[in-house]
Parts: sequence; C-alpha cells; structure tokens
Amino acid sequence: MYGWIWRHLPGGTGLKALQALVLVVAVCALLLFVVFPWVEPQLPFNDVTVD
Amino acid sequence: MHSEQPAPGERWRSVVRGIGELLITGGLVLLLFVVYELYVTDYLTGRTQDQLTEELREEWSQPEAQAPGAPGLREVEIGDAFGVLRIPRLGDDYARVILEGTTETQLAKGPGHYRGTAMPGEQGNVALAGHRVGKGSPFLELDAMRPGDPIVVETVDSWFVYRVLGDPATGDLAADPSGIPGRQIVAPTDIDVISPTPNQAASAAPSGAYLTLTTCHPRFSARQRMIIHARLDGGPLPKADLPDGPPALHEG
Repeated sequence: MYGWIWRHLPGGTGLKALQALVLVVAVCALLLFVVFPWVEPQLPFNDVTVD
Repeated sequence: MHSEQPAPGERWRSVVRGIGELLITGGLVLLLFVVYELYVTDYLTGRTQDQLTEELREEWSQPEAQAPGAPGLREVEIGDAFGVLRIPRLGDDYARVILEGTTETQLAKGPGHYRGTAMPGEQGNVALAGHRVGKGSPFLELDAMRPGDPIVVETVDSWFVYRVLGDPATGDLAADPSGIPGRQIVAPTDIDVISPTPNQAASAAPSGAYLTLTTCHPRFSARQRMIIHARLDGGPLPKADLPDGPPALHEG
C-alpha cells in the first residue's frame, strides 16, 4: 500500500518525501477534525450523567 | 521491473505486506484517537469555553439582562450558557461556563445542567454533569474535594456559595449531619443522587438547597459515577457588592 503510493508520487526523492508528509498531515487532520468528532459520540466510555 | 504476470510467491508476499501495513495503520489511528481524546478535545473545548465566557460577559453587561423584568434562570433554553462554575480546590483560576442540558452537544462545551433540576439558589438540587477526561476535563480532579470546600456559581447578578458536605473538622466526607455524603460512587442508573434532596425519591420535597456534580468513575472509564454533594451556604451575594467574587473564592 505505502510502496504503491510512493511509486506513484511524481518527482525525485525529495519531492516525494514532501508530498508524503503533506498526505500524512492531511490524513491526520481528516481523522482529528472530521472522523473522530463524528465517531466519538457513538462510543460508550464518555457517559458522565446518571439516567 | 514489473512482469505482466507476477509469480505466485510474489503476489502472496504483497498481500501479506498489505495486511501488515493495514494493521500497523490501524494501530497508529487508534493511538491518534487516544491523543485526540486526551489533548485535542481539551484544546477544542478550551476554545469554546473562551468564546462562551466572552459571550456570557457581553450578555450580562447589557442593561436589559439586569432589569427587573428580565427573563429569569427559569427560562433558559437547552444549550444556553447561564452561569459560571468556580471551584478553588481545582485551581485559583478554575472557571467553567455552565450550559443548560446534559447531552453530548452541551457536555462537549462545558459542564451541563440537568434539565428540570433546581437553578442556583433555589430549594432543591442544582445538578451538573461534566467530563472527567477530555473535553476540557472539567471534573478530572473532583476526587480532591474536601468537606467544606466552596463550589461557587456565578449568575447574571449573584454569587452562590455551596459547600461540599461532610465534616470539615475531621475531613470525613461521609460524616455530614444530614446523612448525605459529600462524595459517593454509584452505578450509572442511580438517578436518586440528583433528586431534590439527594438520595431521596425524585418526587420527595426538597429539604434544602443542594448542588450535585456527576462525572464518570474511575478515570478513563464509564463503569460508575462519582458524585459530589454540596449545600448552599448563605443566600445570594449580589455581584454589585462583590465584583471580585465572594470571600469564599479567596479563602484558600
């Protein structure tokens, strides 16, 4: 998977590394600010109320 | 070079490698989730709290908010910020904006007030829920509370000083003359802790003005609830007389 991505990034090693870094940051941001806030309320370990 | 038709061994190798990479990625995503829960939600909630504080101060400074005919605390809508909670034991600068309602929408922003429970100063039980870990961790260190510790609620025009139940002389949280403990650990289904008189039936008449905080217990778990009970100490203190807060905030 990672090998496939690496082979398909254009440019030399330096440029590839830079793009890989951008991809990693983008995926992290997507997880932190979109996926996790959506997933979290469905998980049971955040209940603090009595009901 | 890639051949058109990879050898069977080569294909297996790439399948196994792909599975390995997926597993490692899954592990990293889970680790990132822990980081999110412990740090990123704190940051996001902190920003929301700053914004809410600013809005509430702005709202309170409007002349109509102080006017005699102003809509009282009884008319707060779900999601409205209506007060500020201060607990000196948890830090001199500990101040959290309280919102009406206890669904995750409110609790992600700050401590939430259980719908239908008393409002600050009223007879009955002001019940507040808050996160223990993450989302600003407002109630992370509630287990540090001692008998007699002030819990101060600020509303549009008044300060209300509640004190944790128990025996301040011995530090025994369970030894309050009323029989209501200052701290208890209960099952999540034990709703009597937020009754008008804590631990009585929900329909029983209030026997005083109480304040109850609920959070999860133990830390990082939601198996039980930690409950802190406090009782109103004196009446409302007008903010006009005490712009810097009641003496209880500075007694430490």
